[in-house]
Order: sequence, then C-alpha cells, then structure tokens
Amino acid sequence: MADSTAVSANFRTCPDTGLPVHLPAQNLIKANAVFAVVFLLIGGIQGLMVALTRWPAVQLLPDDWFYLVLTGHGLNVLLFWIIFFEVAVLYFASAILLKCRLATPKLGWVAFALMLVGAILANIAVMQGDSTVMFTSYVPMRAEPHFYLGIILFAVGALIACFIFFGTLVIAKDEKTYEGSIPLVTFGAMTAAIIAVFTIASGAIILIPTMLWSMGLIGDIDPIMYKVIWWAMGHSSQQINVSAHVAVWYCIAAMLLGAKPLSEKVSRLAFLMYILFLQLASAHHLLVEPGISSEWKIFNTSYALYLAVVGSMIHGLSVPGAVEAAQRRRGFTQGYFGWLRKAPWGNPAFAAMFTSLVYFGFLGGISGVVMGTEQLNLIMHNTLYVPGHFHATVVAGTTLAFMGITYLVVPLIFRKEIRFPTLAKWQPYLFGVGVAGISVFMMGAGTLGVSRRHWDSYFTDAAEMGLSFSYPDTAFLMMSLNGLSAILAALGGGLFCVIIVASVFFGKKREDNAAETNPIIGIGGGEAVSSYGSEGTLKLPGTMTLVAIFFTAFFLYYWVNWKYLSEVWPLS
Amino acid sequence: MAIFPPEDRLWWKQPLHWQELTWLAVCLVWALTMFFTMIVWHSIGDQNLSNEAYQISPDKFAERTEAMVEKYQVREEGDSGIPVVRPPAESEVYMLARTYQWWPVLELEKGKSYRLHLSSMDLQHGFSLQPTNINVQVHPGYELVMTVTPNETGEFGVICNEFCGIGHHTMVGRIHVVE
Ligand code: HEM
Ligand SMILES: [Cu+2]
Ligand SMILES: [Cu+2]
Repeated sequence: MADSTAVSANFRTCPDTGLPVHLPAQNLIKANAVFAVVFLLIGGIQGLMVALTRWPAVQLLPDDWFYLVLTGHGLNVLLFWIIFFEVAVLYFASAILLKCRLATPKLGWVAFALMLVGAILANIAVMQGDSTVMFTSYVPMRAEPHFYLGIILFAVGALIACFIFFGTLVIAKDEKTYEGSIPLVTFGAMTAAIIAVFTIASGAIILIPTMLWSMGLIGDIDPIMYKVIWWAMGHSSQQINVSAHVAVWYCIAAMLLGAKPLSEKVSRLAFLMYILFLQLASAHHLLVEPGISSEWKIFNTSYALYLAVVGSMIHGLSVPGAVEAAQRRRGFTQGYFGWLRKAPWGNPAFAAMFTSLVYFGFLGGISGVVMGTEQLNLIMHNTLYVPGHFHATVVAGTTLAFMGITYLVVPLIFRKEIRFPTLAKWQPYLFGVGVAGISVFMMGAGTLGVSRRHWDSYFTDAAEMGLSFSYPDTAFLMMSLNGLSAILAALGGGLFCVIIVASVFFGKKREDNAAETNPIIGIGGGEAVSSYGSEGTLKLPGTMTLVAIFFTAFFLYYWVNWKYLSEVWPLS
Repeated sequence: MAIFPPEDRLWWKQPLHWQELTWLAVCLVWALTMFFTMIVWHSIGDQNLSNEAYQISPDKFAERTEAMVEKYQVREEGDSGIPVVRPPAESEVYMLARTYQWWPVLELEKGKSYRLHLSSMDLQHGFSLQPTNINVQVHPGYELVMTVTPNETGEFGVICNEFCGIGHHTMVGRIHVVE
C-alpha cells in the first residue's frame, strides 16, 4: 500500500479542530485567499476614490479618471476579490470539511494562474484608458479586446476550480471519508458551485462574441439580448455570493459555538431554492427595458413567485436560530436575548458573521426585493439606490462574512496567530458601520433621484451648455454623508488588509498547543462543522422576535414604496 | 463503519418544528402577496411601463423626430440652441437620445396625455425624469412608446443615468409642464 502512505504523508492533523488537512489543498487555499485580499485592497482604494469624487464638496478625481476608476472598482471587488475568495471557500468546504484529498491540485494551480493572469490583464486594459465601459460593458459601447479576454480567462479559471470542487466531492464519496450526508456548509458551497457553472457559461456565451465584435470580426450585437445574457451571469453570480456567505455564516456559527442548523431539511431546501430559481434573476436588470413583456418581467423578477426570496428568509430564521439554540445549549438561557448579549462579540469572526447577517437581511434583502418589483423599479432604476442596495448585500453581507471567516482561516490554515488582536476586535464593526452608511446614504440619494455612475451632481458643464439642473439639497447632504461613511469603510477595510497581511507574512506561528492556551474553535466546533444533524430541542423566543421585527420592517418599507410610486406621473 | 447512517440522523425524515413551519407559512403568503401585487397594479395602478416597443433604425427615428420639431417648434431653449416643441395633447411626441444630448425640449400641458417615443442614436442612455423620478432605459435600434400624463407643472430635468461616455454627466434635457 505504498500509495496510501504517499497520500497520508500529504496530510497534517489540525491541532485546533482535529480535522486532517490535505497540504496541497491548504496551499491552494492560501494562494487564493492572499490574492483575494490583494484585489480587495486595490478595489477598496478605488471605491474610496469614487466615493470621495461623488462627495460634492470634494470631487476628488477629474471626470475621465472617475469613470476609469469606477470601472476598475467594479471589476476588482465584485469579480476578483469575491471570486478568488470563493475558490478558497470551495476548496475548504470540500477537501478540509470532508477530510479528503483535493482532486487534481495541479489543475488547481492552472486555475489559479488563469484567474490571476486574467485579472491582471483586465486591470491593464482599464488602466490604459480605452476600456472605460464599467464592468457591465454594455454594447454598443466598446472596450479593447484584452479587457474581455481578461475577464474570460478569469472565468475559465474559476470554472476549473468549480470542477475541482465537484471532483473532490466524488473522491470523498468513493473513499468514504465521511458518513451519510455531506455537511451543511459543504452543501451550501455545492449550491454556490452549481450556480457558478451556470453563470460562467452565460458569461462565456456573451463575452466571447463581444470580444470578437470588439476585434471587428463579427457584426452588431443586439443591446437587449446582450443584457439578458450578461445579467444571467451578472445577477445569478450574486446567488453564488449569497450561497457562499450563508454557508460561511453556518460555518462560523458551527466552529465557534458548535451550532447546528435547526433542521437540516429546511436549510437544505432553502439552498435548493437558490439553484432552482436563480436563472430568472437576470430580469432584475431589465425591468425598464423596451420590448420585453410585463408577463416575462413579473415571472422572472420574482424568481417564480419569490421562491428564492423565501429561501433567503428561511436562512434568516435558521441562522440566528442556530446561534440561539447553541447558546441556550451552552447555558445562556436568560430571558429573550441573554444568548445574544452573551455571544462572543469580541471575537471578530463572530462579530463579522452576525453583523453581516443583520445588514444583509435588513438593508440588502429588503431593498433588493423592493427594487426588483416590476413597477417600483421605475423609481429606482440606475439611480444611486442600486449601488446602495448592493453594497448592503455584497459588501456588508458577503465581504464582511468573508472577512469574518478569514479570522479563522489564518490561524487554522496558515497556522499564524492574528496580529494586533485588539484592532482586529474593532475591525468588523468599523467596516460594517462604514458600509452600512454608504448603503443607506446611497439608497437615500437614489430615492431622491440621484444618478449612479455620474461624475457631476452639480451639472456645471451642462449648465454652461444652456441646460442646468439641480438635485434637492437633501441629496447633497446624502452624498456628503456617503463620503464620510466611505472613509470609515475604507479605514475598516484597510485595517483588515493590514491585519491579515501582517499576520500571514509577519505573524507568530500558531503553536500546536495553542488550542488550549488560546482556543479559537468552540467545544465541539470541529465536529459540528464537518458533520450534519439538526438541533434537538428548540426554544427560540429571541430569534422569533428578531424575525418578527424584520418582517414588520419589510412589510412597511414595501408599501411605502408603492405609495411613492403612486405619486409620480401616470404612465401606461 | 456502518453502511447506513444511524436512524436518528436521517435528516430528511425529521419533523419540522412549529417555529419553522410558521415562518415558512408567513414567507409563502408574503411571497404570493408581493407577486400578485405586481399583477394587480397593472389593472388598478396608474404607473405601469408600457409594453409597446418597436425595432427602428436610428435614421428613421431621427427623421420622425425632426418632422415633429418642424411642425410644433415654438422657440429655442435659452441659449442652448435646442428647439422647444409644444405638441398637441394625445399626439405622438418624440425625444431622441444621443451622446450627449436629449433632443428636443418638450412643453406639455398638465393633466393631458401624450404618447412619448424614446430611442437612441448611438449608445444606451438612461431617461431619468427629475425630480418626479421616473427612470427608463433607452436603446439604439429600439423605440419605446409610453403614454405619459404630467400631474404637476414646472421645469423637469431629463438626466442621462446610463453611463454613455466621458460626457455622460453633461447630458441634460428638459420638459416644461404648463397649465
Ligand atoms: C471601502 C469600501 C467601498 C467603498 C467606499 C465603495 C464605494 C462605492 C461607490 C461610491 C460606488 C459608486 C457609485 C456610483 O457612482 O455609481 C461604488 C460602486 C460599486 N461598488 Fe463599491 N465601495 C466599496 C467596496 C466595495 C466592495 C467590497 C464591493 C464588492 C464586493 C463593491 C462593489 C461595487 C460595485 C459592483 C460597484 C458598481 C460599479 C459600477 O457602477 O460599474 N464595492 N462603490
Ligand atoms: Cu447618455
Ligand atoms: Cu449617460
């Protein structure tokens, strides 16, 4: 059995979780996570510059630079940071949680190289200045061919990573590295990977011809058809983010508190709803396009009767519910909210996880459903409400959750202690408050009609040409508050990058006995995250109160927006 | 190693707890409510985007717009050189988008309805009527026709809110609504 010793020589046993860790998988997780943070840093700086430009009193960048930097910001954070990190999550949720070897690590490096080359190429194209088309690159606006090529290479790399994930699931099943069903976190990651395959295929279908068009090889591309398919990638990939960060919520709760889902059946069903209905979400971006029927819009924008939204609302109960149940099991049973007060708020992983959950639900989820309503979209489309909404979902939600789990990945996978632990305690709150601010204030400005992707809220140049316009004063207040919040968010984001880089490259090695002296995994955490099974008894007065508050907010805000709509010029 | 997982770990057989069932029921009812609200608004609501659209070449659309301007021009807008058009109520009204202009300026009467045609000569643009806040996407090659009924008087800006190039923020048009 020379073979099996060769395999086991490739493993170490994690002193913190007791899980066997496949070393080639560990190296790939490290590489992908490190470059994720690099792109977050670049993209985050660009985000700050954009926000400071939109602060009317500051207007940092000149117009051409503003649009260029905004294009780069969208690419670097939404694609490169998020997807590099997701690849790390996929490898973690398969190889590590299933105690298995990663399928074809060599191919994993090919995937990594493709993604990196693609990301760099796209950034070069943007910096050269002839590809200022925003990351959506709507035709017939034309970028240079290597702009599209960079994104395509990146996507191919990500697709390979998904197949490595599936391959690992197959190996784990064959080699019986787990018993019964895969753990919920892996199930969530699998949801993300399945959706990723669909979205990347859509991306290829539209970006390859667009690249050929930009090279002059093929004729016109229909702008509406482009949007339908582009957003089958662009929006459906947000379902990847949601699946991945919900999996990360469950993962952090399980590792820190030994939390188990209230019911595996319901939680898995909720993930399944993402897979079944995700392809429809492209409609969110087509609600005010000409030539698309209302029937199509209504059915698709609601993901077939809002079933994917129901999926998220289920997680909205079961994630805090799992935390509450685990806390009560651990003895924090006082009153309605004793479990929450006694939660480990000083642990950045937990702080990031729970605040991400709250922001995602209250700010991102509600605004998304409202904006995705066929008629309500008329009063929001392409205003700052749109970036306000998705900074709540993909920044306060996904990015914050990913930051949270990084605080566990560094000690567990990199075997390094977190540097500056006191700063780390504050980092998720600082970033969270800043991002919640930019979300809320951009939504506020958007409600007042302020355009997204727009350099000049004063319209000075337009006025010189004889047509002036001015937004209401409150809009300027919103934009200034947005700028201030952006500074907080950038400080929080910068702090994150500094802490992680310092820990990974200059940190103290995490000793093997650190599990006792400085534990990071809660009792039973390793077991809870890598197996399955529902919570036994359920007493959840706190969580039920939270979801009741959530529902009331959702209900009121939804109808208020219909009221706003009913006041604008009648249209038919 | 057991071939089958232990009985109590067959998660798909475990019963649901009442809290989860209640929440699931609330969510489903709410989902249906939101779904049907969109449908109901099409019959009871006054703000629905029209489904009337045609494919049209930019030249053809420009021709029709120019014909309307010729017929109904009343003056020029300030020193912008852009014609102001006052079409009769219920008539076909055209506004074209091109980098970086909305053309022409319209003068409409409050409470009267007009069939507004929108299309682009080049790239995509965003028709953003402010401060009333109505936002519609304008494509080259497609003509959207919608009936609008201004319900307040005043000077309204038409902002371009789809990024259309370096002059995007200079693209401002205007609609006057008079008694
Ligand atoms: C320091 C943190 C950040 C700040 C201050 C920030 C700020 C902004 C601002 C002000 C805009 C432009 C709004 C407009 O004029 O249209 C924007 C756009 C955007 N942001 Fe961020 N952002 C940050 C982080 C992120 C992150 C982490 C993500 C993704 C994970 C993200 C995704 C996006 C996207 C996709 C756009 C749209 C770009 C476009 O319209 O083409 N941002 N951001
Ligand atoms: Cu424009
Ligand atoms: Cu524009």
